[in-house]
Amino acid sequence: MEKESIKKEVVVVGGGPAGLSGAIEAAKAGARVTLIDENDRAGGQLFKQIHRFFGSSEHKAGIRGYDIGKQLLQEAKDLDVEVMLNTVVWGIFKNGLLGIKRENKTEILVAKRILIATGASENPLSFPGWTLPGVMGAGAAQTMINLHRVLPGRKIVMVGSGNVGLIVSYQLLQAGAEVLVIVEVLPRIGGYLVHAAKIRRMGVPVLTSHTILKAEGKNEVEKVVIAKVDKKFKPIKGSEKKLKADLVCLAVGLEPLAELCWMAGCRFFYSRILGGFVPLHNKNMQTSIPHLYVAGDVSGVEEASTAMEEGKLAGIAMTESLGYISHQEAKKKKNVIQERLLALRQGPFGEERNQEKEKIYEIF
Amino acid sequence: MNERVENHPILGKAKHGKELTIYFNGNPISAYEGEPIAASLAAAGIKVFRYTSKNKEPRGIFCAIGQCTDCVMTVNGVPNVRTCVTLVKPGMRIETQKGLGKWKKKV
Repeated sequence: MEKESIKKEVVVVGGGPAGLSGAIEAAKAGARVTLIDENDRAGGQLFKQIHRFFGSSEHKAGIRGYDIGKQLLQEAKDLDVEVMLNTVVWGIFKNGLLGIKRENKTEILVAKRILIATGASENPLSFPGWTLPGVMGAGAAQTMINLHRVLPGRKIVMVGSGNVGLIVSYQLLQAGAEVLVIVEVLPRIGGYLVHAAKIRRMGVPVLTSHTILKAEGKNEVEKVVIAKVDKKFKPIKGSEKKLKADLVCLAVGLEPLAELCWMAGCRFFYSRILGGFVPLHNKNMQTSIPHLYVAGDVSGVEEASTAMEEGKLAGIAMTESLGYISHQEAKKKKNVIQERLLALRQGPFGEERNQEKEKIYEIF
Repeated sequence: MNERVENHPILGKAKHGKELTIYFNGNPISAYEGEPIAASLAAAGIKVFRYTSKNKEPRGIFCAIGQCTDCVMTVNGVPNVRTCVTLVKPGMRIETQKGLGKWKKKV
């Protein structure tokens, strides 16, 4: 297998914010970088994010997601990053071997360093009727309205009031749909209150201590039953409300898409806060397999802004280990990024993630 | 039925590719070059993409980014095509898939 393989230096799997940032950083240092993405355009989920980002200016705050996507694609192009689109990485083996499929043909690549930046997938939520057409991920609805410009439904029940639930609800309104209600099983709103306030001002109720009981319909969602829950999250009898709706959006968290890391034999750590099993990694974003790095949601579900910083860390660390930049220079660069990451991991949600990341570095 | 978002307060007017025709269970549907099959079908108000093999339950779009395989259909006689990441082509024949589908030609 090794004999017929195509030789590469740095291979990045996944062209979202983490992968693109890692590819750019590694290319800046002088490495030959190949970025692989299974879609017909890189950028990951940035192009469906039409809202302005939070944070400070070095985190690209105030810029809309799709503009960040465009910027990153341009930078990668200017740095001559080789981009393989419509290409699936189906396997990862010993000694840096990767199995890829493009144009219905299988090929084997061999890389000196690999960055896995495959992101995350939306969690489902099971309740009677959850498999009916018209129940989908909130991110799926976001893709439909903002990328494909098609409404997958007009009367919507949003399940979950984290930032995804709140932001996608607002964007569904912008696309011309009606959001009947946001239900949140916890007694408090999950996301930033500034997003919640914005959507409440548009007349959308955010019902805390509420859940979805079922979706009804013959071939697709026609009605949705919601109910209030008690302190133990048990539905309270008599509090049920039946709503005429044609779309249920699930915004109940994401899980790292770490199949390639499992296949490679990385050591893992279970973290509820970071979305499930995450590959163990150190501050260089290096996994338990020395030539394999991770960045972004696959290394723990956070946000696009943290994903970009982690991608940069991995890009610097990979090129440092290949001898493109001195340890001293790398250390300086990495310190700046670590400080920015720390700034992003503050506040009630960030602090928890920061502690969890510290725990992972320690176990590693 | 037209579920397209033609005007948008942030994104502006929709920029469509060339208009073309695809066929859903034999019926012509208008689509735009550059969009996935699932988008054209959703724009026409179609929600049921397939029926499961065991319980014959309807399924439609779930993740919209090629991960979950809930939206697979039979396209030009080939079953289990992920319609949310497969772009439309002029004259494409798309059928509601029953179970795992059937291959028209022996492979």
